Amino acid sequence: MGVAAVARYVSLIRLCFVFFTLPFLPAVAQTPERAPDTMAARVLACASCHGAQGEGTSDVYFPRLAGKPAGYLYNQLVAFRDGRRKYPPMNYLLEFLPDDYLKKMADYFASLRPPFPEPAIPTVSDAILARGESIVKHGDTQRGIPPCASCHGPSFGGMEPAIPGLLGLRASYISAQLGGWRYGTRTAAAPDCMQIVASLLTEDDVKAVAAYLSSRPAPADPSFAPQGSLPMPLACGSEPR
Amino acid sequence: MQRLSTKLILLLALCFAGMTPATAQQNPPANAELLKKGEYLARAGDCIACHTAREGKTFAGGLPMKTPFGTLYTSNITPDPQTGIGTWTSDQFYRMMHDGRFPDGGLVYPAMPFGSYTKVTREDSDAIYAYLRSVPPVKQVNKPHELTFPFNNRSLIIGWRTLFFNEGEFKPDPTKSAEWNRGAYLVEGLGHCGMCHTAINALGGSSESQAFEGGLIPMQYWYAPSLTSNKEAGLGEWSIQEIVDYLRTGVSARGAVYGPMAEVVYNSLQYLNDEDIRAMAVYLKGLAQGTSPDKPPPALPTAESSLLLSLGKQIYDRDCASCHGATGLGMPPHYPPLAANQSIQMASAVNAIRMVLNGGYPPGTAGNPMPYGMPPFAQRLSDDEVAAVVTYIRTSWGNRGAPVSARQANELRTATLK
Repeated sequence: MGVAAVARYVSLIRLCFVFFTLPFLPAVAQTPERAPDTMAARVLACASCHGAQGEGTSDVYFPRLAGKPAGYLYNQLVAFRDGRRKYPPMNYLLEFLPDDYLKKMADYFASLRPPFPEPAIPTVSDAILARGESIVKHGDTQRGIPPCASCHGPSFGGMEPAIPGLLGLRASYISAQLGGWRYGTRTAAAPDCMQIVASLLTEDDVKAVAAYLSSRPAPADPSFAPQGSLPMPLACGSEPR
Repeated sequence: MQRLSTKLILLLALCFAGMTPATAQQNPPANAELLKKGEYLARAGDCIACHTAREGKTFAGGLPMKTPFGTLYTSNITPDPQTGIGTWTSDQFYRMMHDGRFPDGGLVYPAMPFGSYTKVTREDSDAIYAYLRSVPPVKQVNKPHELTFPFNNRSLIIGWRTLFFNEGEFKPDPTKSAEWNRGAYLVEGLGHCGMCHTAINALGGSSESQAFEGGLIPMQYWYAPSLTSNKEAGLGEWSIQEIVDYLRTGVSARGAVYGPMAEVVYNSLQYLNDEDIRAMAVYLKGLAQGTSPDKPPPALPTAESSLLLSLGKQIYDRDCASCHGATGLGMPPHYPPLAANQSIQMASAVNAIRMVLNGGYPPGTAGNPMPYGMPPFAQRLSDDEVAAVVTYIRTSWGNRGAPVSARQANELRTATLK
């Protein structure tokens, strides 16, 4: 066999090799699979407590995140990271995450609209429920308690950029948060309006408000009010007017 | 019009020409360079992590540090003359770094890593000093330490120093490369890696003969693995690039940083330059050469163990496999491999158990600004289930870890998350 023939023979072998291996190449390239380049994959750490879509889980103490205003979610992430809002599992998870990333997480959950859970069947009396409805809608002028609706909206969807919606949350979570404000484990930027409101409420008020809010059906329009569209009787550090 | 703009440009040029010498005088380039160097070295020493309280002013101190002997509060190292170190001279600053003494001769508690910083050169100490004098002064009085008797007696530090403190700047090893020596200088000195990666004994000291052999970090309930054993965090089998990625970005093909190491990468290592990180990698890889061969895998003969394993596999397939893969290969760097991962199979199961209980995010760094997180499972899995799944990952796919018990899982469930 001459040199040229050998060369031709070799290239033939090469050609076969290329043809036979080509179909397998993509499979080989896939072997070290990469994590999906999505926010959903990045925030999977949140899913075991808050649901894959931020819709909440069966655990009554873990809140729904989806569809809350991004500014509100961002403020909470920063407060947890910096220890101003105290809950060790959250403080620990967020400790070394930069602002930009927390902002992206907040934007992500604010953009999601998973279905609301079935409203809770109240376990309290009608009288307590009525008391809750009265505080939520009208406040208690004698005791200086403003209605929830004055800041959180008449349909409780919240207001941009930083006032959260109050629906889709369970009674245990709502009363734990109001308690957290009263005892100082949850704080927000000064003036901390919710600290003032929560400290005006009695244990029974908290129970009634939590029972009423958690029994509300999903809102027809699950979106928040535009900035500045609600009266806001109290100054609030998180929501500049 | 054109003439006007020419005039304007000329005028502007004159203004700037007039200004340049003045600016240069205020801030001579040599000084700017020194400050930059000092800032960089302060990053390498991770001063900020301890000397800044949460939501506190940078370098103003006040961070509580829990120790087995009580709580220490870190000090204000801003240049405020009354409450900070504004009146200190560079000699006094060097004495603190090098010998662990205050300007008045008083002894510093060894929570300040002067046992490592003693290796820092005078030149580098002076650069850090210059930088710290340039940061905004903060008037904030140091909080008194809350130490229990007898540890509130500072003279006890004399005993501690006799046992555990060896004063002396770093001495390069002439038989090694310049790169190795630079890495050793950073790891042993400013990096103060030995503070966690060397076991702390009951007296709060660590012995030089056990340097980098690993140990449980008191009060934090994390195990700082050995840097000398390839069965722990020894990096002998890692490539230099993998070590560089791990130290600088927080993730690598071999695994991600978590726990206290996430803090180190977040506040310190991500800011170091390529040459220094590479030098540290070269030195760290060298530390782990020549370790003993693997022990045989532990036997799992009992019925209890096989039950544990079958439950563990069931949980793994349900909760873990979607990211870490059915055979533990993961999807590096973001979903770390569990098979052949030293951190999973080392003698102490503390870190593996805590990762399952608490989950975790690697730090957000310039090289990995949007890290992927591991979910916590403390709220979903019982002690038995945690023990089962950790036993499964420690003993599957060729991993040679020992099984863990529900009791171990339970003990760490109550470990404070700070």
